[in-house]
Amino acid sequence: MIDEEKIIELKKKAVEIRREIVTMVHRANSGHVGGSLGATDILVALYYHVMNHRPDQPDWENRDRFVLSKGHCTPVIYAVLADCGYFPKEDLKMFRRPGSHLQGHPHQPKTPGIEANTGTLGLGISTGLGMALGAKLRGQSHYYYIMCGDGEIQEGQAWEAAMFANKYKLDNVIGFVDRNYLQTDGNSEDIMPLDPLAPKWESFGWKVFTIDGHDYQQIIQTVEDAKQETQPVMIIANTTKGKGVSFMENEVSWHGTPPDKEAYENALKELTDGI
Amino acid sequence: MEFKQTRQGYVDGLKELAKDHDNLVVLDADVAKATKTYEFEDEYPDRFFNCGVQEQNMLSVAAGLALEGYIPFASTFGVFATCRAGDQMRNSIAYPKLNVKIGATHCGISTGGDGASHQANEDIAIARVFPNMTVLVPGDYEEAKQATIAAAKHNGPVYLRFGRDAYPVVEEVHTDFTIGKAKLLREGTDITIITTGIMVSEGLQAADTLSQAGYSVRVLHLPTIKPLDVEAVIAAAKETKGIITAEEHSIIGGLGEAVAGVVGEHHPCPIIRVGVQDVFGESGQADELLDLYGLRAKNIVEAARRIL
Repeated sequence: MIDEEKIIELKKKAVEIRREIVTMVHRANSGHVGGSLGATDILVALYYHVMNHRPDQPDWENRDRFVLSKGHCTPVIYAVLADCGYFPKEDLKMFRRPGSHLQGHPHQPKTPGIEANTGTLGLGISTGLGMALGAKLRGQSHYYYIMCGDGEIQEGQAWEAAMFANKYKLDNVIGFVDRNYLQTDGNSEDIMPLDPLAPKWESFGWKVFTIDGHDYQQIIQTVEDAKQETQPVMIIANTTKGKGVSFMENEVSWHGTPPDKEAYENALKELTDGI
Repeated sequence: MEFKQTRQGYVDGLKELAKDHDNLVVLDADVAKATKTYEFEDEYPDRFFNCGVQEQNMLSVAAGLALEGYIPFASTFGVFATCRAGDQMRNSIAYPKLNVKIGATHCGISTGGDGASHQANEDIAIARVFPNMTVLVPGDYEEAKQATIAAAKHNGPVYLRFGRDAYPVVEEVHTDFTIGKAKLLREGTDITIITTGIMVSEGLQAADTLSQAGYSVRVLHLPTIKPLDVEAVIAAAKETKGIITAEEHSIIGGLGEAVAGVVGEHHPCPIIRVGVQDVFGESGQADELLDLYGLRAKNIVEAARRIL
């Protein structure tokens, strides 16, 4: 069990990050707010409790790596990286602006803390596996956390990657499927059904855990359990798209639409009340 | 005349490099026997990864290995690298400028019997349009080996283009291989023949024919399509009456258009592009297809006579 105080601290951090997300997307008048809010608790758990990393040394060799394969959710990773100190929070104002290192989708050479270019769906999981294979070759023991969207794994490349991880026994990989059942055009089960999802990954040779992606106890404990496995692990994290802002929750329209002034202010108010 | 495969030059280059580059790794997508990388696997099994029939995953995995400090050579047929996995080449490799080398074999019409689905006649066009991508198209076995070694020593993404068949060995191109540098094989003032890849031997034969007819023919060989040796091309445009480009690739988007772009901007002159026209190929023997699609010395000569 993780101590309760720590969890309260993480929950407070998540509110700060969510405020930053809606602010960034509103200010840029562009970006993906729903998926970012939904993935926030997992990223907060990883960056503020689970992962071994040094924000002042982004290239520290033994760091755990996080690859955001669902690359459209840059608001959450940028907000977390800035808060951790990888770059000044001031930079968040330049999200999606010309001259900024904060591109709409992750661009590794430009942004401290971003580990891989992603954006076209399916790329990040393969790239993360290539990185994990590299660490295996060197006999290193750090971990690779890869977050995929559920819509994303409709891409064939995701399943190519699934086979690859099994073949090379990449037990240093802990993946997350951000399972919110929503994608750009609607419900995932209407657009291209994915269920039953856990048996799919299992049949590809992965160990699968299914959790509540907003429950810090579960997220953290499951990662600990995953580290005991001798095969690649996929954590199917059930989440609510738009989590934390009532009118955005489970609303597909907030996938890629920025909040206008009124929606932004209402969102901030809710997120303040949440602390 | 001796004939050797450029893909053999690729794997021989890899084996030579592996001796003193511990971080060199080779990937293949279930065509190791065809790309010849199985020979690398035999000698360095721990540094070889067969990804199965997964070109897209392979290129992104290669990107991940490059991020960890390895020099991955991802090997497959040219069509699969550029067309099937074009997005991975663009977004996983070229955009972040990662140190991935793509070893593409079975390029060009001479791939032969498998027909259009396997004949990469568009790959140079696709590879060169991506920013950060270096594109190397060696002309014979030895140059292929040199290009592979040069690619490994170059920091950044490189597309290496090889063929399937055995092609003439051309002693004249066995000079120092420098990425971005043209090789001036013949001096001349009447016309310039610019070749890339296996068309170098046809270009030299064409130059011989034209020389015997009394013309002064310059032959430039460009084993690097990108970055193009702009100076050598502009000099040819200024110092001769016209340019014939010769490539075993579509006339759209390859050497011919790269040269035409530079010449058009700097010193316009007549240019005729010898290459595969805007058509898909068909099955046949390499020799038959080179004849059928007009990729012979005589076609270069005919083109030159239209300018002279």
